[in-house]
Amino acid sequence: MTHKLSTKRRMYGLALESAIYLCAGITAALLIILILYIFYRGLGTITWELLTTQRSALRGTIGILPNILFTLYIIFTSMIIVLPIGIGAAVYLTEYTTSKKLTHAIEFAIETLAGIPSIIYGLAGYLIFCLKMGIGTSILAGALTLALIILPTIVRTTQEALKTVPDSYREASVALGSTKWHTIKTVIFPSSLDGVVSGSILAVGRIVGESAALLFTAGTAYSLVSNYFDALGTSGGTLSVALYVYVSEHGRFDVGFAIASILMIIVLIINVSARMIKKYLVYDR
Amino acid sequence: MKMKEAVEKIMSGFFFLCGATTIIAVSAISIYMVISGIPAIIEIGVKEFLLGEVWKSTAAEPKFGILPFILTSVFGTFGAILLGVPIGLMTAVFLSKLANEKIAASFRPTVELLAGIPSVVYGLVGMIVLVPVIMNTFGLKNGTCLLAAILVLAIMILPSIISVSETALNAVPKEYEEASYALGATKMETIFKVSIPSAKSGIVAGIVLGIGRAIGEAMAVMMVAGNVANMPELFKSVTFLTTAITKEMAYASGLQREALFSIALVLFIFIMVINGILNVLLKKGSGSK
Repeated sequence: MTHKLSTKRRMYGLALESAIYLCAGITAALLIILILYIFYRGLGTITWELLTTQRSALRGTIGILPNILFTLYIIFTSMIIVLPIGIGAAVYLTEYTTSKKLTHAIEFAIETLAGIPSIIYGLAGYLIFCLKMGIGTSILAGALTLALIILPTIVRTTQEALKTVPDSYREASVALGSTKWHTIKTVIFPSSLDGVVSGSILAVGRIVGESAALLFTAGTAYSLVSNYFDALGTSGGTLSVALYVYVSEHGRFDVGFAIASILMIIVLIINVSARMIKKYLVYDR
Repeated sequence: MKMKEAVEKIMSGFFFLCGATTIIAVSAISIYMVISGIPAIIEIGVKEFLLGEVWKSTAAEPKFGILPFILTSVFGTFGAILLGVPIGLMTAVFLSKLANEKIAASFRPTVELLAGIPSVVYGLVGMIVLVPVIMNTFGLKNGTCLLAAILVLAIMILPSIISVSETALNAVPKEYEEASYALGATKMETIFKVSIPSAKSGIVAGIVLGIGRAIGEAMAVMMVAGNVANMPELFKSVTFLTTAITKEMAYASGLQREALFSIALVLFIFIMVINGILNVLLKKGSGSK
């Protein structure tokens, strides 16, 4: 016995199904076209000179070496600042806290931090770090601002990892006479390392792509600085900021696409490695 | 033994401090936004500031009305949602209900990748590709306009909408769908009349998250919207709340600078309200399961 659907119902199903495939197709096409177009326009304009020199008004050449270095400095600095705080906050939330109220307050704070847009971070960072603390527009001020931006990411991923550590580990350690801190140091931390690593990778991705928050805090400078510690105190634009400056202020779209290609390669690497670590995490447990 | 106890105390104090840092950070940001934003609003007048239609910050007789920025941000976000939500939701349905595991597994990283692209890269491509296309298609003198910003924002909010909606759709109990099939409903009828309605609060959370993203985006919009303080019109060059701050911050001084902080306060309030709604929705979504 076969029942035929009414034409109306069949049309309804057909229309919706094609709409679904169409929209999924649009999403996929958008990304593929975006990546191919950026590489098509950008890869060819990446030259050795661009990567290894600084901008010279005299010779009229453009180099992004300072911006590459500033990006690395800012990643390094903000990670150093955020990792102890972020991991510490996650440990506090999963291992220490006894007050429900305080836990809720901290979790609410983390959610709020995650929702604040970069431009607000940029202004708040400028007011707090550059002006109030007197650090001035510098790599350090930018790194401090970024540390706030990536704090929620680090706390959340670490928390996830800590939650997967079985309670029996904790109990065994305590039963052997370990103190709480000793347990955390020797049992909890090693077991949650992969979570911290995957959180850090995501955070690096966010730092590399950030521009609005850095415009007022780290500035847009593009001169080579002799070493890391000098750089901390000087203004410097990261790659994303440099892209914006070269495109909007100098009309150098070739340089813009070259930087965009570099950024896309970094994003791709981060994406793949984050996924590989996730896989490893799943197999591990 | 004494030493051990001391270390124990110090470490628990350290962890507490780390936790407290998150609260301190949020409080500091809020306090600074309010303190720096209030003076100019008082000096200009709440009504003139919020409802004034003219922004001429550098004129001899400066005018600080931010209604054009507020409306542009609202319309721009609304437009992005209008375009982004159907595409995002349908893609989420595809991933959750239609695609087989292999296709879905290779499709998901695509969405993550879309989320990872820096906003300046979106801005650059929008500037080079979208703006000329809009200019030629609609015969405009200049392609930088609200429509360009809406299109860029619609793409940028896709990942948020897709991933949150997919999670919500995956969480719909199998029994609901099986019951629907048992009653003779087709696959599409089940998806649209059973699955989507039961995943409603999660999907709405995704939309609200997208609204937050769109209203807070600065750089990509800055590069395609033209940044003239017009009242919002689809084909006119416009300024968003975010870009009003970014554009003038570098050289602003005095009252003009304070007014920029006031704009930031208005934006901050918008974001806080949206975050509040999002939190309620997410709690509701997870509570019902």
